[in-house]
Amino acid sequence: MNDVSDLYTRARTWIGKEAGKPTMARDVVNVPMIRRWCEAMGEENPIYVDAEAAQAEGFPGPVSPPAMLEVWTMARYRPGGRLPEEGIPVLNLFDEAGYTGVVATNIEQEYDRYLVEGDRVSYTAIVDDVSEEKRTGLGIGHFITIRYEFTDQNGGPVGRMLFRVLKFKPNLAQAKAPATESAGNEFPHPRPAITHDNAHYWEGIAKRELLIQKCSDCGHLRHPPGPGCPQCQSLEWETVKASGKGTLYSHVTMHHPRLPTFDYPLPVLLVELEEGVRIVANGIDLPASDLTIGMPLELDFVEVEPGYLLPGFRPARTGG
Amino acid sequence: MNALSGKAAITGIGATEFSKNSGRSELRLAVEATLAALADAGIDPEEVDGLSTYTMDNNPEIELFRNIGGRDLKFFSRIHYGGGAACAPIMHAAMAVATGVAEVVVCYRAMNERSQYRFGAGFAPDATPTAEIAHYGYYVPFGLMSPASWVAMSARRYMHEYGVTSEDFGRIAVGFRDFAATNPNAWFYQQPITLEQHQASRWIVEPLHLLDCCQESDGAVAVVVTSAERARKLRQPPVIINAAAQGACDDQQMMTSYYRPDVARLSEMDLVANQLYAMAGLGPDDIQAAILYDHFSPFVLPQIEAFGFAPQGQAADFVREGNIARGGRLPVNTNGGQLGEAYIHGLNGVAEGVRLVRGQSVNQPGDCRNVVVTAGTGVPTSGLILTAG
Repeated sequence: MNDVSDLYTRARTWIGKEAGKPTMARDVVNVPMIRRWCEAMGEENPIYVDAEAAQAEGFPGPVSPPAMLEVWTMARYRPGGRLPEEGIPVLNLFDEAGYTGVVATNIEQEYDRYLVEGDRVSYTAIVDDVSEEKRTGLGIGHFITIRYEFTDQNGGPVGRMLFRVLKFKPNLAQAKAPATESAGNEFPHPRPAITHDNAHYWEGIAKRELLIQKCSDCGHLRHPPGPGCPQCQSLEWETVKASGKGTLYSHVTMHHPRLPTFDYPLPVLLVELEEGVRIVANGIDLPASDLTIGMPLELDFVEVEPGYLLPGFRPARTGG
Repeated sequence: MNALSGKAAITGIGATEFSKNSGRSELRLAVEATLAALADAGIDPEEVDGLSTYTMDNNPEIELFRNIGGRDLKFFSRIHYGGGAACAPIMHAAMAVATGVAEVVVCYRAMNERSQYRFGAGFAPDATPTAEIAHYGYYVPFGLMSPASWVAMSARRYMHEYGVTSEDFGRIAVGFRDFAATNPNAWFYQQPITLEQHQASRWIVEPLHLLDCCQESDGAVAVVVTSAERARKLRQPPVIINAAAQGACDDQQMMTSYYRPDVARLSEMDLVANQLYAMAGLGPDDIQAAILYDHFSPFVLPQIEAFGFAPQGQAADFVREGNIARGGRLPVNTNGGQLGEAYIHGLNGVAEGVRLVRGQSVNQPGDCRNVVVTAGTGVPTSGLILTAG
């Protein structure tokens, strides 16, 4: 019944174990293959193919481009896919459970030295991590990280690589990822929706003023903003600028889930302004451990992105 | 006599299994649960002439209707505010039946909220300029963007007002998981927890631990409402809709009623409770068991107070004395609740309320003549008193 978490549990038993068989490069490092790789990649640095250029840089001869580290040991290309013995068993677990999609998400490589002609590279691969189930734009899946250690013909280390793939269940009905508004910034800080009824509030904040809506007829203060007075039904309103003094009415500390652009653990405050209305905001220089209901606070503004201000509260200065 | 009280009855209940990955469409789950409920009632699907559900369900009434072989659909309603409406379709169905608008109304909820999307995940809506989305602008830019976080803010204030601790929340979770442990249909069947495990579970949003938060579930529940008169002739013991009510009040907000004078109260549940007791002519001493909405454990406490099972601010004592646990004065969430059975947004609780009145709960506490059922808290809400008839 509980097959999803069983899968996760079974997959995690692979952590620390060999992801596949240790593998030795089929060819030693050689200039013809380097040349073709450089041509394909648009790499024009002459030290990879030209002995004189390499010697001018202090190398004994042409060197392998560092990013080719993994190329030397790649499995042979087989139309139709790898042979079973070339596979990675931990990934097969996900295939069998319907997580048939695969996409390489990131590769991190470290290099100990340049490889030179005649080197023969080998690797061992260890399963480093299996993530909890994640919702992604492609589908629900797990990130699997494999750590490769590369050595030369003498067993000396030449580099290492973290290789992370997402094994996912292609899904026809994925919820959209949180939408973004400002182009060019993949994870902008969340924006409020601006309406005719609340534009004054957010425009005030952009000018470092916290404006409380006030009924023009009966003087009742209200927040969040709205078009009508709940006390007297008047549609006429004005604003008063908050003094900025308030007290902590309640608070939480966010741990999960985590959105980009926020730092966690993240305290969020419910502040009662001295005018009587309450607002939600973050603290400034106010760790969760310092929060006490009733503590005096004062308003300030935080620029969460260039040109995007939000109200925040810091502890009131004593005597202030 | 109230025009609605006693006029309609729940005569069938049905459900799919509750899982984390149903492996089939939400619509299919809805169809399966509906057919199961009709079979339980002994009513032919062709007789269904009304459907009711509540928002955040993705299954169109007409799709469900054609897939159960419905003929003439004369009444359909969809009630706002998600789980807060869990009992409201029963109310709307009862109204439709009582007024002769429809004769057989199926209320349903079907979701793949775990496998297809993550219902409880953080929420950063498009900045569409509607009043409903504008509401989130006062919270999400500050990182207060999950149902757990919105509830936690009120819970912290409740703790402050009444000296309640995380362990008081934990006792609620432990009690519900105890019921779930003996319910074979519960996700957490045979998996009771201890207070120590509750306290050791990771923070989601302080003051809420993981084990204060309900699950995300795949599954469906349906219930069949028809007239009380007809229900008495059908195969299952009739479960009379003695009272049904909705409520929103006191500067109501969607999960963030932080601006009312007393944030430690669930004013909308006070409103629902008062209507239910008045409609049924009953009081707290007449209630033998309750299903109290438990998306997050802290809000069980003010519900206990709203229904007068304990005085304001003393619900934690009521829980500590064992009243809501197995063998207590008022067993609550005998199915394991949404913390233990499944999170079908309260409709699985309605089904358990029906089983309690019928005497069919797997954890039946004894004879339950009157059972209170509530819907989602912190939002505009609803409730029922179900009575043996």
